[in-house]
Amino acid sequence: MSATVAVPRRRLPRTLTTGLVIVGAIALLAAIGPWITPYDPDAFAVRSRLQPPSATHWFGTDEFGRDVFSRVLAGAHHSLLMGFGATAISLAVGVPLGLLAAFHRGWVEEVVMRGVDLMISLPPVLLGLLILAVSEPGLLKTIVAVGLVYVPIMTRVARAVALDLLAEDFVEAARARGEGAWYILAREILPNAWPPLIVETALRVTFAILLGSALSFLGLGPQPPDSEWGLMIAESRPFISEAPWIGLAPGLCLCLLLIAVNVVGEGLRDLLDPRLRGRGH
Amino acid sequence: MGAYAARRLLSVVFVLWAMTVLVFAIVHLLPGSVAHMILGEYATNQAIADLEARLGLNDPLHVQYWRWFSGLLAGDFGMSLTMDRPAGPVIWEALGRSAVLAGVSIVLVAILGIAAGIHSAVHKGSLTDQGLTLGQYFFIAVPEFFWCILVILFFAVWLGWLPATGYTPLAEGGVLGWAKHLILPVSTLVLGLIAHVSRLVRSSMLEAIESRYVLAARAKGLPERIVLRRHALPNALLPAITVLAVDVGILIGGIVVVESVFAYPGLGRMLVYAIDNQDLPLMMGGMIVITAVYALANLAADLLYAVLNPRIRVSGSAA
Repeated sequence: MSATVAVPRRRLPRTLTTGLVIVGAIALLAAIGPWITPYDPDAFAVRSRLQPPSATHWFGTDEFGRDVFSRVLAGAHHSLLMGFGATAISLAVGVPLGLLAAFHRGWVEEVVMRGVDLMISLPPVLLGLLILAVSEPGLLKTIVAVGLVYVPIMTRVARAVALDLLAEDFVEAARARGEGAWYILAREILPNAWPPLIVETALRVTFAILLGSALSFLGLGPQPPDSEWGLMIAESRPFISEAPWIGLAPGLCLCLLLIAVNVVGEGLRDLLDPRLRGRGH
Repeated sequence: MGAYAARRLLSVVFVLWAMTVLVFAIVHLLPGSVAHMILGEYATNQAIADLEARLGLNDPLHVQYWRWFSGLLAGDFGMSLTMDRPAGPVIWEALGRSAVLAGVSIVLVAILGIAAGIHSAVHKGSLTDQGLTLGQYFFIAVPEFFWCILVILFFAVWLGWLPATGYTPLAEGGVLGWAKHLILPVSTLVLGLIAHVSRLVRSSMLEAIESRYVLAARAKGLPERIVLRRHALPNALLPAITVLAVDVGILIGGIVVVESVFAYPGLGRMLVYAIDNQDLPLMMGGMIVITAVYALANLAADLLYAVLNPRIRVSGSAA
């Protein structure tokens, strides 16, 4: 038996590249979707309703004769917008809050972190429902609601990272040079805080898509005749026995997207921060 | 220990109070009148004025808040706007049915998740471990509402073994009729969570197996079975408690979705009904009760963790 020594490779893991390719392909299809749909996604064609998948209608037709493949394509951007848009909101709000809390110990930190503790002690879906319950539903509101749900987690991560960095020598040096809070946070802390934040962000996107599409499924997202995938699945329920393809097509696409996004998130985590391996949520 | 428990209990009380303020504020401070929201855009001014008078919506906000809050303290959730009966009993009945669903699920998740995690860790790299790891990727990423559709399609429509939706009370359908309606919702709820728990147990068990105290135990010549059971397992299971508490939160989210799909008359379906029909007392009460359940589950997990982990008992802080 020959002993081989593992040589550390600086290559992207294969799962990460696979995930990135799938997410990229879905993003591309979502971007050009409106121009390549074979049929008008909202056009009724009552004569050809509830047709099974065939050469003319790849994913079949729904109860109004709309082409399911066209609708799935036209709806692809919603899930991506929900995932990435909501995560961007939680980053944009949570990271500054976390950095501020870390820098200004004392009452600022006290207020921010007690608020975070409070929000975290509510189940996420409930927080989303509460925000959406009292206003007219729509895509933008769902994105904002999901984004706000994940703000506390981002704040916590950002604060923890910043607290570690604030103890470093280069921050001490900046303080000694007489730099202000803004300069230190923006130029010294933030550039060094990215790796753990990217990891958290990448993992968060999966949950943002899950929560956003679940809220849409419950009727608290985009409204008919929109073709958001969660909404399409909800609308397919009365036809589940005669035309299961109406719900299966968007559902399988959503699963593919979620698995790919999750694989990318975990791949990034293993790449950037191997210590966190095996930690879910 | 006593001081720690008292402090945690106090924070639960604070969270619940803050939630009442938050729910009340969001419902009453958002632009647009509450009466308008309930009656819709075609309501006459007279109808709006009547409803505002009936609900006391013209009183100052702090008076309205106090009326609602003091009612809650006395166990009175107000009158449901759509059912013509007090909201309290509606909420308690729904909570009872949801508790059955959640209780069965969390017990299954704990048993199966921990067992699968330990099995994976002890037989690391085996075929079952690889299968479980692959399954975890899959189950964590598939949305609950899509699972519901898949299991209904498979077990109710194609195989016809189980009812797709509904609920039969124990008294009417007997144990069999009652259980038949639970199988599909419970299996939808637990799959993702079992994957989550087993994954964390696997990694903490692996960490324990590779630790020095396990090495020491092996070096003493103890049989592997004893090493795993006495030395590795207790340390590996501690994080599982925290994970299970987190999972109660995910479970609550799942229950909202699963009850809606399976038409199971629990708290989640009631909440969606209340939101759809703008039944504010029912909605606000339901949210407070769900928050309370979640807060108490977390409290129980923290206390259990503290009892089992002496480090927290001494320093008195749980991160």
